[in-house]
Amino acid sequence: MFDDVRDLYQEVILDHGQRPRHARRLACYDATAAGDNPMCGDRVRVWLRYAPDGSVAEAAFEGRGCAISIASADLMAETIRGRTQAEIRRLFAGFRATLGSGDPAPQPEPADRDALERLLPLGGVREYPSRVKCATLAWHAVLAALEGDAEETSHE
Amino acid sequence: MNVALRPAAPAFDVERVRAEFPILGQLVRGKKLVFLDSAASAQKPRAVIDAFRDAMETQYANVHRGLHWMSERTTDAYEGTRDVVAGLINARDRTEIVFVRNSTEGINLVANSYGRGVMQPGAAVVISEMEHHSNLVPWQMLRDAHGIELRIVPVTDTGELDMAAFEALLADGRVGLVAITHMSNVLGTYTPAQRIMALAHAHGAKVLLDGSQAVVHRRVDVQALGCDFYVFTGHKLYGPTGIGVLWAKSELLDRMPPWMGGGDMISSVTWERSTWANVPHKFEAGTPAILESVALAAAIRFVQGIGYDAIAAHEASLTAHALDRLAHVEGVRVLGTAPDRGGVVSFTLANAHAHDVATLLDREGIAVRAGNHCAEPLMRRFGVDSTARASFGVYTTHAEIDALADTLDRVRSFFA
Repeated sequence: MFDDVRDLYQEVILDHGQRPRHARRLACYDATAAGDNPMCGDRVRVWLRYAPDGSVAEAAFEGRGCAISIASADLMAETIRGRTQAEIRRLFAGFRATLGSGDPAPQPEPADRDALERLLPLGGVREYPSRVKCATLAWHAVLAALEGDAEETSHE
Repeated sequence: MNVALRPAAPAFDVERVRAEFPILGQLVRGKKLVFLDSAASAQKPRAVIDAFRDAMETQYANVHRGLHWMSERTTDAYEGTRDVVAGLINARDRTEIVFVRNSTEGINLVANSYGRGVMQPGAAVVISEMEHHSNLVPWQMLRDAHGIELRIVPVTDTGELDMAAFEALLADGRVGLVAITHMSNVLGTYTPAQRIMALAHAHGAKVLLDGSQAVVHRRVDVQALGCDFYVFTGHKLYGPTGIGVLWAKSELLDRMPPWMGGGDMISSVTWERSTWANVPHKFEAGTPAILESVALAAAIRFVQGIGYDAIAAHEASLTAHALDRLAHVEGVRVLGTAPDRGGVVSFTLANAHAHDVATLLDREGIAVRAGNHCAEPLMRRFGVDSTARASFGVYTTHAEIDALADTLDRVRSFFA
């Protein structure tokens, strides 16, 4: 039973979906933004604290949503740490290619390979087009936070 | 002894009904389709499919225009559906039937025509906490555009209207219109139409019932209900998309200005002014849903062929079975416990989000709706972001509900 959904609900997703490591508010933060998917009711808010060089020193989130969206937010918080805004954009482009949405990625930068490997279990959503937005919701919120965009975001 | 045997009503044979729906033979992901999403849109019987195709193959032209044989025959068919609909809901007169695209358009028509054209700024509209967005947003728009006050009847923990609060909302006599669902698309609750009517009318308010769900499951008699407006859509009633019905009392339709202008809704047009056609055509601007009207008539005849008594009995049995089975699945919480309900059951599963539940059910060929069901305020009322919803139709079987319950139990283990 459900053996064929293991491509979508891999262990790492069930694990991070149910026991996210970065699900909290940051008491001190430099940027925050919310993402909202009105179609399904998923909501997420991300908080970012920057290092002196402008890279992300710490990321955290609070959200309500399905296992995919929570796991993706958690893995996002983990993988963007230590990266600059430009690097996060590049990583997101690579991640979207993994999901089969956005442009096909060129050969990933060596610096992104480990992170993309970490995000790879989310690639199962490519077989479930209606669930791709679950995996990208937190990323859109992060981009909005990086831009200092206070508006709620909703994409894809 | 001469005991009069009661003539047996033709037994409801769900397998015979299912045989009328070609799509139910489809495999989904290699599994037998278990379609439990009829409240979103119902599947179509062969009679509807054939009526649609036959019209295109044998009897089609524009209506009310051509002085030629094809147009006249097509006009007869289109207008004939008005009689069929009038019969379905026991309208006093066929001209009280206005064709619209769907329930949403019917409500928007009332909001824009009756709301702006008859109601005065400062008057109030009462809706309830369990409305579909289609019976909420048009009234918000009317409030903002026309200075109408919007009042909301709360829903109790059992998923019923708080009738004491309803009465209090009517007390100041400023309510011009009460617009309330006849059956909730989330909770399955039938609202107490008679009491709504009595209270609203005693306070001088008209009543619109949103019958999108209700008309599918039980016989609707607008004269017996005593309502002033009734809307429903064809596609949930085993008919086509693109056609719905607004019924309103003649004296109201006569007082209402047209909403959309264009061809077919006029009597005469000059540069200076136009005059309107009589009801219902005053409200049917442009080429209508001609083919859909023919198919809608076929859908209604199909439903009448089974009979509402049989449909209501079958669905009551299904709903009772579903509530019983779901009550025994650990972690399942059903929203609403109203005793008077139709074949719609919304639920949450502990530790699993509704979308994950729906995705896993889908892998077993079971189609349910997951999300906020276009009823965000109601979701907030029950403290949930989303629910899964199983909804039943004439073709739903008890075995399909067993499949749902059994699979939900495995979904629970999967996310445990």
